[in-house]
Amino acid sequence: MSEIGDAAATAFRLLLAADPELLAIVALSLVVSLGATALAALLGLPLGALLAIAGFPGRGLLVLLVDTGMGLPPVVVGLLVYLLLSRAGPLGEFGLLFTPTAMVIAQTVLVTPIVAALARSAVADLLEDYREHLASLGIRTLATVPILLWDARYRLAAACLAGFGRAAAEVGAILIVGGNIRGHTRTMTTAIALETGKGALAQALALRFVLLLVVLAVNLAVPGLARAARRIEG
Amino acid sequence: MIGRLAPVVGPEPGPLLPLRVEGLVVEAAGRRLLDGLSFTLEAHRCTVVLGPNGAGKSLLLRVLHGLVAPDRGRLRRADPDPLRRRLAQAFVFQKPVLLRRSVRGDLAVALAARGVPRRERRARITEALALVGLEGFERRAARTLSGGEQQHLALARAWALRPQLLLLDEPTASLDPAATRRVEAILADLRARGVTIVMSTHDLGQARRLAQDVLFLWGGRLVEAAPASRFFAGPEGREARAFLAGELPD
Repeated sequence: MSEIGDAAATAFRLLLAADPELLAIVALSLVVSLGATALAALLGLPLGALLAIAGFPGRGLLVLLVDTGMGLPPVVVGLLVYLLLSRAGPLGEFGLLFTPTAMVIAQTVLVTPIVAALARSAVADLLEDYREHLASLGIRTLATVPILLWDARYRLAAACLAGFGRAAAEVGAILIVGGNIRGHTRTMTTAIALETGKGALAQALALRFVLLLVVLAVNLAVPGLARAARRIEG
Repeated sequence: MIGRLAPVVGPEPGPLLPLRVEGLVVEAAGRRLLDGLSFTLEAHRCTVVLGPNGAGKSLLLRVLHGLVAPDRGRLRRADPDPLRRRLAQAFVFQKPVLLRRSVRGDLAVALAARGVPRRERRARITEALALVGLEGFERRAARTLSGGEQQHLALARAWALRPQLLLLDEPTASLDPAATRRVEAILADLRARGVTIVMSTHDLGQARRLAQDVLFLWGGRLVEAAPASRFFAGPEGREARAFLAGELPD
């Protein structure tokens, strides 16, 4: 018990001293997770809207794939991206393995299905509600997209936050493709895994506090969004 | 944000009415939901569609607005251009569908969809809200209004589109008596402004107050089409007599 107490005290000292290595790890974590979330939003929001609005051959299969993608085990994604980026892989010539870019790619693969699936359900619910009204105004299907995306904005933002939460807390995929290289590809989650393994509990705890703060901020943002949505949506 | 809508801009709609409905049939799963309806809607009249549940009232209104395509039969309007026809009609649902936006934003989407220029929208919105007694509600979230106010807003939205023909599907079915009277007053006002109205209702008192013509549907068939005075004085058919007496024959 006292070991945990000592570790916590050391953790606070590290945080208060703004230990440069710790800050670099936190910064890289945020850059990788935010980058992956931004890419996932760019890909997933239009994909989700398309799946909700348009009817085309293969749509059912795509919906199934996206829904399945929500539950992809990170290590499986890590392995797939590793195989793609490794020297012998199809994208090996770009030399991306064990770089932050590889970590962003892996997390984008993980997060895009989450954003797309939540966006699809948000836009589909709204369309169900709006369909006859928009049709009665003579608005064609494609022209409904901007209206639906704007009116679903709070749920779409919540979808992106859910994606960010997944990315920030994820360790398996980035450990495989990033390699957890000190000063280069070490993030909060990979560092926690490493430090805990080494028995360096203080460093691990300090990182865990920061990670918890990030997750807490996301969890505070989601109900805030919901309240804002209720004010507008009634 | 209203979004850039594919403009449905056309020239000012020509005369829509009279609208002749000829042999309208809608089928689903082998059942005839509308069975050979033929009638004519004249301009500047208020026509009330009556009939028990399942008679096809809502479906008929949706076919008249182009929301449901008939399996057979046709609608002949005075103006043959389909785009201009659509611009000249508006629809109000039993349960108003309001966007997750401000009152002004909700109306602006409808006006943008009809190609009303941006500079004209504000004036139209102000005028339409005044008509239904919702002055000063522009910035309120549309869906936070009361049930009555929401339906008044739906009427304002319909009026802002300057329709020649306004179709309403049981517009007061879920409203209290005060909100219902307000809707009836607005409809009377719209009729005085030259709007032709076709509405369905279950409220016979309302039908007596508003209708000039009555279409009485029974099991998807039009069993009686008559001026309201004649219909309420003594309908010809057995079904309509029973309906007015509150007894529904099998």
